[in-house]
Amino acid sequence: MNRRSIARVTAGVAAAGIAIGALAACSGGGGGDATATSGEEVSITWWHNGTGEPLKSFWEEVAAEFEDANPGVQVTVEAFQNEDLQRTLIPNALQSGGDAAPDLFMVWAEGEIKAQVEAGYLRDLSGLTEVVESVGGAGTGWNVDGKQYGIPFRFGIEGIWYNQDIFDEAGISENPATFTEFDADIDKIAATGVAPIGVGAADGWPAAHWWYQFAIKTCSAESLQQAADTLTFDDPCFVEAGENLKAWMDGFPGDLPFQANPTSTPAQSVPNSSAGLLASGATSMELMGTWHRGEVAKLVPGAPADNPPSPEWLRWMPVPDIEGADGAPGAALGSGDAWGVYKDAPDQTLDLLSYIMSVDVQTRFAETGEIPTVAGAEAGISDPVLMQIAEGTQNATLVVTWLDTQYGPVIGKAMNDAIVNLMFGDGTPQQVPDAMNAAAATL
Amino acid sequence: MTALDDAGPALAAGPAPVGDRRPSTRVRLRAWGEITLFAGPAVLVYLLFVLLPVALAAYYSFFNWNGLGPLERFIGIDNYTRLLADPVFHRSVANNFFIVVMSLLIQGPLAILVALLMNRRLRFRGLLRALIFVPYVLSEVTAGIAWQIMLQSVPPARYGPVDTWLRMLGVENPPAWLADPNVVMWTIFGILTWKYLGLAIILMLAGLAGVPEELYEAAALDGAGWWKTQWYVTVPLLGPTIRIWAFLSIIGSLQLFDMVWIVTGGGPLHASSTMAVYMVEYGLNVTQIGYGSAVAVVLFLISLVIALFYQRFALRRDLQGAVTTGVR
Repeated sequence: MNRRSIARVTAGVAAAGIAIGALAACSGGGGGDATATSGEEVSITWWHNGTGEPLKSFWEEVAAEFEDANPGVQVTVEAFQNEDLQRTLIPNALQSGGDAAPDLFMVWAEGEIKAQVEAGYLRDLSGLTEVVESVGGAGTGWNVDGKQYGIPFRFGIEGIWYNQDIFDEAGISENPATFTEFDADIDKIAATGVAPIGVGAADGWPAAHWWYQFAIKTCSAESLQQAADTLTFDDPCFVEAGENLKAWMDGFPGDLPFQANPTSTPAQSVPNSSAGLLASGATSMELMGTWHRGEVAKLVPGAPADNPPSPEWLRWMPVPDIEGADGAPGAALGSGDAWGVYKDAPDQTLDLLSYIMSVDVQTRFAETGEIPTVAGAEAGISDPVLMQIAEGTQNATLVVTWLDTQYGPVIGKAMNDAIVNLMFGDGTPQQVPDAMNAAAATL
Repeated sequence: MTALDDAGPALAAGPAPVGDRRPSTRVRLRAWGEITLFAGPAVLVYLLFVLLPVALAAYYSFFNWNGLGPLERFIGIDNYTRLLADPVFHRSVANNFFIVVMSLLIQGPLAILVALLMNRRLRFRGLLRALIFVPYVLSEVTAGIAWQIMLQSVPPARYGPVDTWLRMLGVENPPAWLADPNVVMWTIFGILTWKYLGLAIILMLAGLAGVPEELYEAAALDGAGWWKTQWYVTVPLLGPTIRIWAFLSIIGSLQLFDMVWIVTGGGPLHASSTMAVYMVEYGLNVTQIGYGSAVAVVLFLISLVIALFYQRFALRRDLQGAVTTGVR
């Protein structure tokens, strides 16, 4: 006991940051042989984040179908929790390389995929012309220097999820189109005693998304593009976005328009998270991406643990426009999840990817309650709310990827921290772009 | 100074000669074989999973590295200068020391007091001991999630169980346990006390069991009351136990991570961040592995320096022959 144990514990923690192949090696399967010819046994490892049903069984089903159609090919499908997958497993596995690396796996857009491309881990998928074309503009976020490295299979814009029952009670009959109308609705809801908007600021990003919304509505498309390309955030519109956001929040008394104690409210999973508050009717609205339907359904009091149904009162609307702002009207924030292929993956992986992205599989994917990317697959959507999101995504004049994803994790983290401090601490609008520039300097 | 040190000349003379015949090759081989067999695996594991990662972390800390691809961008001590200038890191270090100091000042005396009380003949003593130890047995994550759910409130819509009970007792506006930056560290300290007091008490009780009964009889004969007996007899004899507990407590406080990570995630606005939380947030989670390694190295050095000083000055009497006692 003493030096040794300190060393052990500290080193253990330090080792968490070090890419040891051990974890990845446990996953089994293996990368297979890129030079395998037909007739030989080929094994493909496929990692995804669909740990819940019905998605987990769905991907297994798809893999089995592919195996049946391609004798000699064995597909090992494994599901991992999202953050573990993206932050620990995949980086470690890629670093170890060889058999430890998965052949087909999920990749995040923009800054995230860029890091993996620069390290030379991903296979250029531009050759799959048909597949690339079938997803259209949704694929932009996974295009690095003109080459396509990821194929999105799920894509949607974020919007405001709301409780129709509370809206009815407050006497709101029509969805707000502008922020002025939105403010009036917030006041009406507050008058009923319900906290109008829930926000899980303890997790940072859910609060930051409000600033993103103000940023894309304040900054022109060119300024946004330039910032993303150069990673410099000197355009005055970034300060203005914060000023507009703060001015909007200051227009309400006390904690409004958000619930009390936002900075200790997590976004998901527990009953007192912002998703749980919406699910139980303690708040009436929340700004979130397409996944929120499932998150809310899980937390409705009394919901069954398996396949909880989407609550009937849960609706969705696009974020209202800010009058007089310089940003592109109809611009929306969104993103999705894509598949990437490891550089040494067997060629059959590309066939598997093409199969996963076929209209048939994508339609069935949509039937599980997801928003697909391949044109024609939207026929599988039956849920009216999801149809609305799919429509909103198509109607958006410009879909901007989540800013934290776009600028990468380092700037993203600094930006989100500064935004939470601006919204709920003593931060200033100027500190947000300052923090982003400072973080960019450490890249 | 110990008796051995005082022996002076005899010590300086070194070991007495034991005949000039060196042990036979067979005997030496056998001795080395035994050493290798028994110590080998442990040494190997220690080198591979303790020393090597520490050395690697130190090496990585001089690079700007995102964990992908080769280590190419050597940046000298930039990670360290950035770290030492970051107010969030300052706050994290201060929070660690807040827990260190508060644990020593509050948990220690509290544990001794409870142990003294429980060392008397009490009804249900066994049951009480078991109950006090229960929080320590619970997994950190389970306990953390339970506390998070109990403390998290969203007034006026939703009160957590703790606030609901307080309101029943007439406390209308309980503090925002997890949301108020000025309160949150006290909340964390309260949870840690709940969790680790049991361990301290069990240690103290074990220490108390080693106090000879005769001393109490002698004290009683001299007319000392219960309190006096405890103060002049028990507590001094509990010294080694207290010092070891304090050591464990200090190191645990410096490396505090899991409870904070689960209950607050270091929030609100970094008010409850600790060094380890900072390392995961700004190293691992944003894939700046080089920077995270620098944090790990600083955390390691702080722990090491404190541990060595503590051994040298506080544990000296308890740990004969430990590393630092040879230093004079």
